[in-house]
Amino acid sequence: MRLISENVVSVQDGMPVLFGGKSKGTGEIVFPYPEGAERERYEKVKLKSEGALWSYTIQRFPPKNPPYLGPNTPDTFEPFAVGYIELPKEVIVETRIVSEDFSKLKVGQAMRLTTIPFAEDEQGTPLHTYAFEPI
Amino acid sequence: MSKNDVYIVGAGIHPFGRHDLSGLDQGVFAVREALQDASLDWPSIQFAFGGSSAAGAADAMLPRLGLTGTQFINIDNGCATGGSALLSGYWAIKSGEFDVGIVTGFDKHPRGAFNADPEENGLPMWYGETGMMMTTQIFAMKIRRYMDQFGISEESLGRVSEKAFENAATAPHAWRRQPVDFDTIMSSQMLSDPLRKFMFCSPAEGGAALILASEKKARELGRTECRIHGAAVRTRPEGSFEVFAPSLSVKRGQSPTELASVAAFEMAGLGPDDIDVAQLQDTESGAEIMHMAENGFCKDGEQEQMLLDGETKLDGRLPVNTDGGCLACGEPIGASGLRQVYENVIQVRGSAGDRQVEDVQIAYSQVYGAPGLSAVCVIGA
Repeated sequence: MRLISENVVSVQDGMPVLFGGKSKGTGEIVFPYPEGAERERYEKVKLKSEGALWSYTIQRFPPKNPPYLGPNTPDTFEPFAVGYIELPKEVIVETRIVSEDFSKLKVGQAMRLTTIPFAEDEQGTPLHTYAFEPI
Repeated sequence: MSKNDVYIVGAGIHPFGRHDLSGLDQGVFAVREALQDASLDWPSIQFAFGGSSAAGAADAMLPRLGLTGTQFINIDNGCATGGSALLSGYWAIKSGEFDVGIVTGFDKHPRGAFNADPEENGLPMWYGETGMMMTTQIFAMKIRRYMDQFGISEESLGRVSEKAFENAATAPHAWRRQPVDFDTIMSSQMLSDPLRKFMFCSPAEGGAALILASEKKARELGRTECRIHGAAVRTRPEGSFEVFAPSLSVKRGQSPTELASVAAFEMAGLGPDDIDVAQLQDTESGAEIMHMAENGFCKDGEQEQMLLDGETKLDGRLPVNTDGGCLACGEPIGASGLRQVYENVIQVRGSAGDRQVEDVQIAYSQVYGAPGLSAVCVIGA
């Protein structure tokens, strides 16, 4: 499976794992694990895979490409949900949300980490990213 | 009054909307109108601060206005460009160094939502590639959570928009001047739940200019109606919720608006109860609702009843966005904050015609935007 970045999300023993950075100075957790010079100040840590829906919205119109890589023509675009998940005592992460029925989403509901395909590369290989789904 | 008080002695605006004129020329138009309003000519201007976000350097106005050698400083400070120009001019007069100067802002943006480049914002490419780098989403998620926490209904979002278009119908400088009824707003296309088409402002074009003067100069000109009581710009503190944030701290903090509001009120020696009219950043309807509380005009959640009772309408207890705000004027970034102050000057002078609020003594304005800053200005008698 092709994932956006092994420093953001990977699959271990068939289970998705999300990574963040823990400040070596303050212990504060950030997401994603910082890139570049900033990285020195952080330790890569696994984040909790369950949390609560902190807020959400539905993307009802196609985002522009660039930067969006998913299908975005009037024929191919499908609305999708995005939200913030509060991982208890860690960090609130922004994420795509898996939802069969947008009207059932509710702030505070329990959510679990998963992965979803969001686009294809030039060869037609699906690209995957992390996402959260209702438990 | 102290000897270094600062007055607004001239105000000019180029109508907001879509025009064939360049952004720069819309700025020049506003400057000329402000000069005429103050009965001054360009050579008498001792300094200028100006800026745009997408329409070029403001000092390119000079060949059109006159190469008088005056100092002209370009300001580039995101959505607070106009507010920052105003603050710079305020300090220049306050310092005692100058008697009269101008602050100006203009812009001209392409249609549609602002385009965002992850790398330019210090973010990884996947953030944009997976469809999360949309300002519209962030605003929607911010108000979604707020509505849930404090019991604000979707109808309240609609009431804010309805009021905006109603007010704009009487404001010559506004863009969308046709009233839009509540049902049309509530059934318009959903863009990013809970926000619909008529609840978002659009990028637009326009220019605004204000002439600032010392008390001595203001008296000479016979223009002492509008004194600047307080002005402050603040940037995001730890734990605030801003655009393009892949994560937020579990320790939630204050907003830049709360900081700027407290600072401006303190300078002015005034409080929210002293304000007769307020122009608040309304990038979308939810922002106006949240900013009512962030600027101290109500407690979180009280907006629901206030909007139901029409308290923020032109004839209400605290009229908000009397010219239709960003929702009806659009948002030319460089000019937007100065448009708010322009509207307040007109209201304080009592020359706002059909949208005039009764007996305006003190007026408040707050502009907020990316990457997380807010500028507040309190003016009046």
